[in-house]
Amino acid sequence: MTDATRCKAGDWVEVERVLLEPADRSKNLPPETAEKPLRMWIKGFAQAAGALGDPMTVETMTGRQVMGTLSAINPGYFHTFGKPIPELAHVGVDLRARLADYHAAQADGAAQKGGA
Amino acid sequence: MATRFDAIMARRGEIMRKALGMDYSVFEQSPIAFDYEGMMAAHGYSLQDIVDIQTKAGVGNTPLLELRNLTDVVRSMSAPGKGARIFVKDEAANMAGAFKDRRASVSIHVAKEKGYEGVIAATSGNYGAAVSSQAARYGLKCIICQETFDSRHIGQPEIVEKSRICEAFGAEVVQMTVGPELFFHMVELLDITGYFAASLYSSFGVSGIETLGLEIANEMTALTGAPPTHCVITHAGGGNTTGTARGLKRAGATGTQIISASVDLSGLHMASDNDFNRKSFTTGHTGFGVPFATWPDRADVPRNAARSLRYIDRYLTVTQGEVFYITEAMSKIEGLERGPAGNTAMAAAVSLARDLPRDATVVVQETEYTGAGKHHWAQLNFAKEMGVDVCSGDPKNNVPGKVIVIPERPEQIQAKDFDVARMRKSYVRNALKKAPEGYAPTADDIAFLAADTNSDAAAVEAILAELKEA
Repeated sequence: MTDATRCKAGDWVEVERVLLEPADRSKNLPPETAEKPLRMWIKGFAQAAGALGDPMTVETMTGRQVMGTLSAINPGYFHTFGKPIPELAHVGVDLRARLADYHAAQADGAAQKGGA
Repeated sequence: MATRFDAIMARRGEIMRKALGMDYSVFEQSPIAFDYEGMMAAHGYSLQDIVDIQTKAGVGNTPLLELRNLTDVVRSMSAPGKGARIFVKDEAANMAGAFKDRRASVSIHVAKEKGYEGVIAATSGNYGAAVSSQAARYGLKCIICQETFDSRHIGQPEIVEKSRICEAFGAEVVQMTVGPELFFHMVELLDITGYFAASLYSSFGVSGIETLGLEIANEMTALTGAPPTHCVITHAGGGNTTGTARGLKRAGATGTQIISASVDLSGLHMASDNDFNRKSFTTGHTGFGVPFATWPDRADVPRNAARSLRYIDRYLTVTQGEVFYITEAMSKIEGLERGPAGNTAMAAAVSLARDLPRDATVVVQETEYTGAGKHHWAQLNFAKEMGVDVCSGDPKNNVPGKVIVIPERPEQIQAKDFDVARMRKSYVRNALKKAPEGYAPTADDIAFLAADTNSDAAAVEAILAELKEA
């Protein structure tokens, strides 16, 4: 069994680093942003074995060597659609009923015109 | 001591010049005016050349669909004789899933022609997917800089999906926390790599959108006998409006009313770590739309090719809840499941069409792909997790970042006119601010400002006089 906290050289991993400390950030930021560092995450192939939290260099898809802290090993994508939204549940039902009424009224109108 | 940020920003002009392969200074005419059409034509491609580039790249020629059921919903609530026909250009059919493929295809073609090894773009939206996809086809390396997370490392689901698709196309994705310094890091990477800046706002990108206007004019003429009476365009940075309007005009559709539409995000700060995950929209909103329209040259190029005020006849805003309602409606009655932000113009079109005569034709000029994360359900579930109240009711009570109100009935969808006259005035004020203090605009400057705001010399002079007094 593989260790989820350790990578081998050549594994696809993610590193994290601080790009700008708060003092070095752009001026004119709202305070809640200005007080936080600007952080970045990037994925690439690990250049050495290591454990989560270790300093790590990765070779990215463009061939750049980027240093950071090992933050994830073979990171995946787990975003979803989520649950149906109850507040939207009526939309399809209402509009289909509305269309049925409208089309029926149009057909009636056409029939009356035809009969006149 | 200068910080790394200051050092890079001080060299920004030089780095961007190299990365764009274009010297913008030749177009400057005065502290205010520049030769816009000269800049747009400088790449030397005719509209047909761009059609050819895009055909080769697998971009464009998307289906134009008439939305008969949506039109009937509009007619069911319109006064007699009212209720325009609604059409949509299904831009999600492009390879990377949005009209942004048109924009990327020309930039990447130019990067390849000029011999760059790779391309870089700063974008959290569909443009990243488009650049990554086109770079893959042209065999170019690609870096996408994205604003993805708040400081707690919580990702906006739509942007997380955008990270995934860019990586699927082989791009290197640099994910960052909230802040405009995304642009600083892009410039830094351009300096390190020597790659091409695939800016959203270069003449290459905006010229690529002109084919969308061209197709709409031609396809509507084939279908209805005339170009559309109205074209509604989801509006963020202004490139979509500018390119589409230019394409329509170049195709001879000079009578088509150009209507921009944005989601109202008033009250939310675009650089706020707190507001970032409470916006529920990553694009097509007023947070980009208004600042970019009133000062386009805030972009990452010296002169922005996207100058929407030149083309806008009306600017409509809709609420978040109205767009989510219409997105759900599109799935349920038109069988067209598409991403939420691209339906901003659709929500505005429903409101607009209601007041137009039945023989008017309204084209919504884009859709975008949808998928996990990038879906109205995902956005609403995420909004709830972030503490936003989602409820049914009158969309008038929608408060961005606090309450998303899903309309109970389609009658409640009522787009609001944003004051374009005020935007023009704000643009002129910003243009004056850029000039040296005390600079008196010449007649040529006034003519430029009139063209850049789709107004006339008298209107610009009136604004100048008013600003002088104040």
